[in-house]
Amino acid sequence: MKLHEYQSKRIFAKYGVPIPEGEVATTPAEAREIAHQIGGSVVVKSQVLVGGRGKAGGVKVAKDADEAEQLAKQILGMDIKGLTVEKVLIDPTADIRDEIYIGVVIDRAQQKPVIIASAEGGVEIEIVAKENPDAIKRVAVDPVFGLMNFQATNLAYDLGLKGHYVGQFTKIIKGLYQAFMDTDASLAEINPLVVTGDEQLLAVDGKIVLDDNALYKHPDLAEMRDIQEESPSEREARLAGLNFIKLDGEIGCMVNGAGLAMATMDIVQHFGGSPANFLDIGGGANAEKVAKALRIILQDPNVKSILFNIFGGITRCDEVAKGILEALKQVPTDVPMVARLVGTNEEEGQKILAEANFPSATSLSDAAQQAVALAKGA
Amino acid sequence: MGILVGKNTRLVVQGITGREGAFHTQQMIEYGTNVVAGVTPGKGGEWVHGVPVFDTVKEAVTATEANTSIIYVPARFSADAIMEAADAGIELVVCITEGVPVLDMARAMAYLANKDIRLIGPNCPGLITPGEAKVGITPGHIHLPGNVGLVSRSGTLTYEVVQALTDKGIGQSTAVGIGGDPIIGTKFIDTLKLFESDPLTDQVVLIGEIGGTDEQVAAQFIADHMSKPVTAFIAGRTAPPGKRMGHAGAIIQGGEGTADEKIRALEAVGVKVAELPTQVADIVASQM
Repeated sequence: MKLHEYQSKRIFAKYGVPIPEGEVATTPAEAREIAHQIGGSVVVKSQVLVGGRGKAGGVKVAKDADEAEQLAKQILGMDIKGLTVEKVLIDPTADIRDEIYIGVVIDRAQQKPVIIASAEGGVEIEIVAKENPDAIKRVAVDPVFGLMNFQATNLAYDLGLKGHYVGQFTKIIKGLYQAFMDTDASLAEINPLVVTGDEQLLAVDGKIVLDDNALYKHPDLAEMRDIQEESPSEREARLAGLNFIKLDGEIGCMVNGAGLAMATMDIVQHFGGSPANFLDIGGGANAEKVAKALRIILQDPNVKSILFNIFGGITRCDEVAKGILEALKQVPTDVPMVARLVGTNEEEGQKILAEANFPSATSLSDAAQQAVALAKGA
Repeated sequence: MGILVGKNTRLVVQGITGREGAFHTQQMIEYGTNVVAGVTPGKGGEWVHGVPVFDTVKEAVTATEANTSIIYVPARFSADAIMEAADAGIELVVCITEGVPVLDMARAMAYLANKDIRLIGPNCPGLITPGEAKVGITPGHIHLPGNVGLVSRSGTLTYEVVQALTDKGIGQSTAVGIGGDPIIGTKFIDTLKLFESDPLTDQVVLIGEIGGTDEQVAAQFIADHMSKPVTAFIAGRTAPPGKRMGHAGAIIQGGEGTADEKIRALEAVGVKVAELPTQVADIVASQM
């Protein structure tokens, strides 16, 4: 789950990270009032959960409260990569002399948190990683001992910081690391951390991505979820305990297991079709869950055929078969379907479908080819 | 026998009184696994499918000499269950549970670092040495004893490939599901190492998916250390970037972890990469 810039920066501030003293507005009049309070020039920043806001015209500088109101009017309601801007953050502009990148992520290879830092801030770290990998510093942190003081100060010197900046940076990086740990984040990032004209470090942009599996520990953070982060069908699926991602194709897929679900999408493509979604119903799904999943797939008007691929381990084929028939009772549809149910209780499952004259296949390749043919109206 | 589990396995089931724990205990016993104990705090003294239940892993180990543990406890208690098993002197811990917080695992791995223990998982289907022992949730009947070792980040996709092998009469030495999470106890190269030195494994099948760089690391290991042929399948060729596909590990970020990168890395070191799960069996058959 992603947090907005303003939410992320406020969390960082609790850990001693200096941030601009801005406020969030949902109307141009509010934006004007906030800009007026701040005084002087401000930056109007769209709060949407997607990268590239600046390039899309969603971040603009206003010289005074009048202009802030005008810009807020433009930006609020704007569509950025499919998301509608509903909030803008009004921050005082910073006098930027230099930009630094700092972030904390989990290093899968070392199996511990790692701090990533670069003196080339302000651009995406992925671009720095490609174009100038030597500019990126990495510090692995033992999750039991935590970030040690010497690691923080060494990193400051490695980034070329000197004098009073070293102490400031040490405090900020320790705050960022602690925020990462305390919120069970999978990413905590400040980009850029700027050196200002009055020789202070200031976090002008921030981002936190939380580990969904740890949200039960943090009900206050879970409440911050912006439903815009996911499409309505993705939200419905999440609440039903299904892993669903909408795609652009025309063959709906319902599969048990993430790896098999991805392989099923690949096979559909291999035989000339294109998947309408990724859908993993998880292990041990019952009839009710299958029915819910089918309803979600059918909400997509692009779906021209549906492929069920179930390899039962924990999941029982007869439960899935019952779920399919149950869903069809509730949501009658003309969309053609084919089911391939094997593994636990496969005979019972196949019998239930056969009695209902539901088309089935025994091999995955066969099922995928049938689904592709059905989608093409063959 | 194959690797890690077999006739010498003495299994303790952590979370044996839960729904999944009880069901799979029965399944594992039916397959022939030597299940010697179960653990659920507060339920010591009970019996589940003829297996004695203890309050702690330490008690179970003392009473039954269990050497392997399987974990079915809920995600919020899993990291603790792993550490408890390690502390009780278990040699191999298999954590089936899905949804364990990543930072819980980071701390658990730090705890295991100076202990003589191997962890498989979390978020994995476990492992099976066909005809000897099943420590996990894999459907046993699709397996056939033989000489092909399997290692996979996926669950049901592994069943698909196993079925394809068995349909062709090709048996398996051991099939290991290492799990799809960002932090897992045993990685591809740890398993490849074991297969390379296992006299009953003649060739290896590696099943990967998008996310991370473990397949690329495995490719380098295969080039440097493997004499046995390796066949691969990578799921997620058509996955869109930036989206999480179920497994926490299956997410493409930046330049790391696309299916194409992994396939190129494997093919560059002579690994044949199948386009369909069934083709894995064809390639394996051609190399026998």
